[in-house]
Amino acid sequence: MKKTIFAAILATTATMAAVPSFARDQISIVGSSTVYPFATVVAERFGKATSYATPTIESTGSGGGLKLFCEGVGENTPDITNSSSYIKQSQFDACAEKGIDIIEVKIGYDGIALANSKKGVKLDVTQKDLFLALAAEVPDASGKLIANPNKTWKDVNPSLPNVAIRVLGPPPTSGTRAAFVELVMEEGCEAYEGLSDEVCTSMREDGAFVEAGENDNLIVQKLDADTTAYGIFGYSFLDQNSDKLQGASFNGVDITFDNIADGSYPVSRPLHFFIKKQHIGVIPGVLEYAELFLSPAAQAEDGYLAEKGLIPLGGAELKEMRKAVQTQKVLVMN
Amino acid sequence: MTNQLNAIERLAEVKQERMQKNLKARYAKEKRFQVYGIMSICLGMAFLAMLLGTIFYGGASSFMTSEIKLTINYDPDVIGVTDLTDEDELKWADWRGLLSTSLAERFPEVSGRSAVRQRNALVSSIAEYSLRDRLLANPEKLGTSEEIWIVADDEIDAVMKGQVDRTVPESERRITDLQLSLIDSLEAEGEIRQKFNTTFFTAGDSREPEQAGIRGAMIGSFYTLLVTLLLSFPIGVAAAIYLEEFAPQNRLTEVIEVNINNLAAVPSIVFGLLGLAVFINVFHLPRSAPVVGGLVLTLMTLPTIIISSRSAIKAVPPSIREAALGLGASKMQMVMHHVLPLAMPGMLTGTIIGMAQALGETAPLLMIGMVAFIADIPGGPLDPATVLPVQVYLWSDLPERAFVAKTSGAIMVLLGFLAIMNLLAVYLRKKFEKTW
Repeated sequence: MKKTIFAAILATTATMAAVPSFARDQISIVGSSTVYPFATVVAERFGKATSYATPTIESTGSGGGLKLFCEGVGENTPDITNSSSYIKQSQFDACAEKGIDIIEVKIGYDGIALANSKKGVKLDVTQKDLFLALAAEVPDASGKLIANPNKTWKDVNPSLPNVAIRVLGPPPTSGTRAAFVELVMEEGCEAYEGLSDEVCTSMREDGAFVEAGENDNLIVQKLDADTTAYGIFGYSFLDQNSDKLQGASFNGVDITFDNIADGSYPVSRPLHFFIKKQHIGVIPGVLEYAELFLSPAAQAEDGYLAEKGLIPLGGAELKEMRKAVQTQKVLVMN
Repeated sequence: MTNQLNAIERLAEVKQERMQKNLKARYAKEKRFQVYGIMSICLGMAFLAMLLGTIFYGGASSFMTSEIKLTINYDPDVIGVTDLTDEDELKWADWRGLLSTSLAERFPEVSGRSAVRQRNALVSSIAEYSLRDRLLANPEKLGTSEEIWIVADDEIDAVMKGQVDRTVPESERRITDLQLSLIDSLEAEGEIRQKFNTTFFTAGDSREPEQAGIRGAMIGSFYTLLVTLLLSFPIGVAAAIYLEEFAPQNRLTEVIEVNINNLAAVPSIVFGLLGLAVFINVFHLPRSAPVVGGLVLTLMTLPTIIISSRSAIKAVPPSIREAALGLGASKMQMVMHHVLPLAMPGMLTGTIIGMAQALGETAPLLMIGMVAFIADIPGGPLDPATVLPVQVYLWSDLPERAFVAKTSGAIMVLLGFLAIMNLLAVYLRKKFEKTW
């Protein structure tokens, strides 16, 4: 009996240890859910137009992507990670520790929309208005911090409509949320002196700001049903639903393709991907994929990325990025 | 005496009355209970009807697609290729040119950069690759021309399905007035049609709704479940037989039993984390591969199979065992020849229900990289793949409106497979069930 059990255990371990490691011939990409709709378009065309296999793209979020990316060098780690925010020093250090050289590629810009149903009232806001509307704590007339008392948009700014504040937005894990906080809340915060970072970045939790999950389509559907609510999401979703939704203007500037491209619409951020230099030449097609992303067909003003709602890079920036890819320029921080 | 009798009668009357009342109350109680039961069934059915209704209403349109009839001239000058076997020439071939020249011949009146762009957007933005594949498969077509139906863009498809309101101003539509007039002229000539969407069942994932299909996810689900079945069924049945027929009753087997029951209640994401830590990080199996998905789902379905197999074995009457042993069969023969065949229908039912659970699972696959955009159709359990419920999740998150219908379409296919599996379980139970 004992012999049988021993033999069974031995056989099980032997089969498990005999698993060989497998060579990977398709690029593995992870990262931001904001970049995902654009990266997949390029990946699909890359698979169709070249003899390389179609890259696999996981939508893990910017932070999750960099974590996987920085796990090390080797076939079981991703070759590229997409990011909707720039790499942080701590993330860079974690990567450097594993001996990873990063090539940074900027691929374009994405506007963040504050949109509502066409049946509702269109807003024209400033960053300060949104800070007063959405921050957990705001200064009162004497400059003392109090829990946000503003119930309607009119309370925030008399020129705004008398509609209750109700904004649906992404959760803290999202890159869109991080960008919104940085570009709107922190900017709006600067109108007041001496407020701490904590105050500037905390969102209300009394029902005026609702975390609606990572699925932007869900927010779009909710806005269609509730005409008094406003939603925060990427420009591509507004672009696809332009028959139902309208975007608020910031400081009088409407959210349009041209206004984001020339930088006059203030709430927009660059999108990136990072390449693991050690994988170039090991995993076939990594460099060619980056080149296709920066090719004229993709980056032209009427190219297929613009068709999907990405604001392409301008001439000088595009040239710089192409050169960075060609020369495999390694990212250096400090 | 009469007094006494009267008193007894009166007492009986009172009692009778009370009993009648009591009986009435009991009947009413039973009636009420039945009504509650019927109400909960009706409520459940109403929710189910609502769910199925919205899915069918939203998803029906994904099974139709629009096509435009074009005369394609495989002109070597347009493509820029004279020799179809020359790899270098093919690299720079202009396949899109085939479509734009053909559209230009069909609508010679359209001119101007923006108008030409709108005209070219009538056909799917990656339709040229199917033309390329067609020409490479039939090289003799180079230099000739043919009439062929080309997949229309998803926006055009929406117009054909009546989902676009033509009365709203042009700026609020995804489709321009020029495109609408071109569609009308195609429609008048019978050069645009709606047909059954075969692409949906033959293609892998795509970012263009009109080119997206669920075949990749279906094959991925198939390989994943194959691995799960091949591992979990033999292991589960062997474990159940050993525990039920051979194992001694002691502390150790008791602990094992409790742990198996606990394992059945562990949230599935935990198995995903385990899969990442063990199969990918330690054994270096490939990420996003059905073989890893199958291993993880095996861990998840094993407890279900072991528990149902054990109860199937328990249901075999002891008299059969005693009779077999009494006639001189060894314990092994008794199990293999008598207990196992009789318990098999119950084991199979449990296995199929476990498989159906595994088919609908997404959470554990997230950790091992199967929640991903994978356009190529997997050729084996080691190729990257995704599964049906993951495809539903991925499509629901894309900005293009047409993917909403595709999402519902994929849900319908998934529900179809689940229904077939559950029916199979019912059929097997009915067919092989033995009563004593």
